[in-house]
Amino acid sequence: MKKYEYTEKKDTRSGFGAGMAELGKTHPNVVALTADLAGSLKLDAFIKENPERFVQCGIAEANMIGVSAGLTIGGHIPFATTFANFATGRVYDQIRQSVAYSNKNVKICASHAGVTLGEDGATHQILEDLGMMKMLPNMTVINPCDYNQTKAATLAIADHVGPVYLRFGRPVIPVFTPADQKFEIGKAWTVNEGSDVSIFCTGHLVWEAIKAGEMLAEEGIEADIINIHTIKPLDEEAIIASVKKTGCAVSAEEHMISGGLGDSVAHVLAQHNPAPLEYVGVHDTFGESGTPDQLMQKYGLTADKIVEQVKKVMARK
Amino acid sequence: MELEQLEHIATAVRRDIVRMVAAVNSGHPGGSLGCTDFLVGLYFDVMKLKRDENGTVIFDMDGRDEDLFFLSNGHISPVFYSVLARSGYFPIDELATFRKLDSRLQGHPTTAEHLPGIRIASGSLGQGLSVAAGAAYSKKLNGDTNHVYVLMGDGEQQEGQIWEAAQFAPNKKLGNLTAVIDYNLAQIDGKTEYVNDNRDLAAKYKAFGWHVDEMQGNDMADVIRTLKKAQENPDVPTLILMHTEMGFGVDYMVGSYKWHGVAPNAEQLTQALNQLPLSVGYSDY
Repeated sequence: MKKYEYTEKKDTRSGFGAGMAELGKTHPNVVALTADLAGSLKLDAFIKENPERFVQCGIAEANMIGVSAGLTIGGHIPFATTFANFATGRVYDQIRQSVAYSNKNVKICASHAGVTLGEDGATHQILEDLGMMKMLPNMTVINPCDYNQTKAATLAIADHVGPVYLRFGRPVIPVFTPADQKFEIGKAWTVNEGSDVSIFCTGHLVWEAIKAGEMLAEEGIEADIINIHTIKPLDEEAIIASVKKTGCAVSAEEHMISGGLGDSVAHVLAQHNPAPLEYVGVHDTFGESGTPDQLMQKYGLTADKIVEQVKKVMARK
Repeated sequence: MELEQLEHIATAVRRDIVRMVAAVNSGHPGGSLGCTDFLVGLYFDVMKLKRDENGTVIFDMDGRDEDLFFLSNGHISPVFYSVLARSGYFPIDELATFRKLDSRLQGHPTTAEHLPGIRIASGSLGQGLSVAAGAAYSKKLNGDTNHVYVLMGDGEQQEGQIWEAAQFAPNKKLGNLTAVIDYNLAQIDGKTEYVNDNRDLAAKYKAFGWHVDEMQGNDMADVIRTLKKAQENPDVPTLILMHTEMGFGVDYMVGSYKWHGVAPNAEQLTQALNQLPLSVGYSDY
């Protein structure tokens, strides 16, 4: 049974910007920081209304993470923003020591994740960030799927005490989650119910999974499509319950296969309910320049690829 | 507090340091002994700490309406732990657990063990100045007029993040921030000038827009005087080059980088304790 409605196309980072604008009104302790990318992170509305609570750090990401950790002392809730590559890999040790190990209430908000950043190429297209962040003790890792869900997640993490990594993208994609959704950290969202195969998807790949689900339905295959917007803590119950019903699973993510959602799903299945699993994701390679659509095709991050993997995994049941 | 009293406390702290590192045969005595006068002067005279109605020091993570200190060169944890314990943040007896299993006194300080007095983990160098700048910014947003202090090593100045923070603090007019560099000219692999010369640190910080001062870090009177003077720059952060001698107070350690991260053996410990006179309020553990 369908639980989604497709409306207009919007980018997830604008959902973040809309969430920040709202937090500017409702949360007087929220502070926005950036490393020379305020425009890219859609912070304009927040800055216009709350100039005193905006900290421009310049091109100095390590300092931005440290300043964010310091801002929590005194009760502020810092949202540190930049591209996903510079928000994680570049400052892993700063996040590890000053944020995660110190258990500071810092929200690391990363845009332009994955290959859909496009023409800038591999230096900017991080595909390892979810893995790095989920390995850190104390860290909550969230990867929402569309404009509305990114906005809802932005609002939700402000009220969650502890370090959070919030990851979103650049492309404009359909909005299909409800505007008034309740975003529960750690609680998966079932997009479509089916009993033949489980598709566990996250981020931009949720839309591809929905398209795959429609293609599969035409062939009489009913997919249980589950949006895992929270990579950590993982909704293990939802994964186990779905695979008990379907007997096989496909994971889909715009991330390296090792260390990503698929890895987490495999871990749960191996421990609780062994079942065949196939992956959709990037296989041990860096990205390259190209349009987002071209790159999604080349690296197999599409509805077609999900369908292919579904058929493969169902044959292994 | 009277100068003589502060010096007595400093002696007690130095005795704690050598005993702590000797007990586990690990830790960093050299820099700890060099920075003892500074930390004692800071906690027992200069900083305004939060206290209850009985005058007992109390701790909360937010640290509003009190002065704050951050230790960036976390390896000199023995002096930090001793000064915190003797300030009343936790029992002095607990110093005996330093670097042992299940202790709140990790080799490098951390909030993870919930030790009162610690607000950030440090050990991976170069991060403390950024954190202190963030805390100073937080105080300004809160309209809190108290001061933020951070101690760094001189070898630590080789870390790139320091210079990101060094640009940030004057640009944000953080006059409520005082950064101190333990300028003992030595690091683990040898003299700093041979490892990777810092050259003119004062000129560098001045060029970034800091008010720069110097002090004799093993002269309690100069420490107190210079730290108080640093509170008088409302719009400009202050950087103090603190001249110290690694191992100050223990003759065989003075001036030798070899005592950066080596513990004294039993005989050397006795020798050190004999040199460091017993002081007022010293509690055996």
